[in-house]
Amino acid sequence: MDMDYTATQSGFTQYPKLRMRNTSKDRIDPSQLFDDTSAAPGVETAGFPGQGVGAMGYPGQTLLSDPMSNLAMAYGSSLASQGKDLVDKNLDRFLPISKLKYYFAVDTVYVGKKLGLLIFPYMHQNWEVSYQQDTPVAPRFDINAPDLYIPAMGFITYILVSGLALGTQNRFTPEILGMQASSALVWLIMEVLAVLLSLYLVTVNTDLTTIDLVAFSGYKYVGMIVGVVAGLLFGRTGYYLTLLWCCISIFIFMIRTLRLKLLSEAAAQGVLIHGARNQLRMYLTMSIAAAQPIFMYWLTYHLVG
Amino acid sequence: MAFTLYSLIQAVILCVNAVAVLHEERFLSKIGWGVDQSIGGFGDEPGIKVQLMNLVRSVRTVMRGTTEKSIPFINIKHRSACI
Repeated sequence: MDMDYTATQSGFTQYPKLRMRNTSKDRIDPSQLFDDTSAAPGVETAGFPGQGVGAMGYPGQTLLSDPMSNLAMAYGSSLASQGKDLVDKNLDRFLPISKLKYYFAVDTVYVGKKLGLLIFPYMHQNWEVSYQQDTPVAPRFDINAPDLYIPAMGFITYILVSGLALGTQNRFTPEILGMQASSALVWLIMEVLAVLLSLYLVTVNTDLTTIDLVAFSGYKYVGMIVGVVAGLLFGRTGYYLTLLWCCISIFIFMIRTLRLKLLSEAAAQGVLIHGARNQLRMYLTMSIAAAQPIFMYWLTYHLVG
Repeated sequence: MAFTLYSLIQAVILCVNAVAVLHEERFLSKIGWGVDQSIGGFGDEPGIKVQLMNLVRSVRTVMRGTTEKSIPFINIKHRSACI
């Protein structure tokens, strides 16, 4: 029992040592929650200075110099890092976080060029995705790579713009935003499931992942937003003209992108190869691309009065 | 069309249930979609019909395996044939 007492007595002094062991083992500051992907790959960034434990020049030196609160903060930070590890390990089983990070490694130049490509894909010559030793290059370095930033932002902007459009017709209630969001999400999920099912039935050997399909299905939100905004500014004729332009653009974009992924090598070059299988693949590409304008019209026609 | 996530989940469950209820002897063999009629498509081109039959068979196998472990039936509005 005396041993216990001395253990708890000296246990207080153990915590600072435990904390220093922790920080010398991990190179990543435990108070930094997200990895910094804005630098080029292969460069170790220092990360943002953590707020909280270890911040010097914090106004409240008396608070930090008190040994009890020091220990409490150290214990709390170690608990938090343990909890974070546990959550990361379990979350990685359901959502592949590291794969998702690849799709969000974008920068402003890429987003600008990609938006331009979605609206005007006619001048672009090379649609191949470039690889780097078997792994696809991050979207920041290759404009043809799919990303999830534009679809995610487009989805949210679409909901906001639809709220705006309904507001101009005096049809707005806050519940409508939720309904629009879940409705658009349901259509997206159904489209991705339908494409997955048809890819399985046609037995295409492709490296398109589910997230790639979500990204491609999300690119149509850009056209929808442009159409609705034009409809708000210029009335119905503006809406129809802009929507027509965006529908044709996204049709061409999808065909040129999917052609390289779904069809065999020779067929992708434009050579007509007869054979039931290649024909089936071509029909599949065309129908996936043709579904985009249909969805674009379906999800926006009730917004422009 | 105002869809909610719940209606999507409902629709998916009902469709999967419908596929799982298809009877092997009474129905699938009669229309030529039985299990014994899919083997023989060796080679690298299974074709759509064989793929569909494999899909139906695997859905039925998975659903049978799940419900045989005495998971209670999902109580939906239409309590039609559930295996």
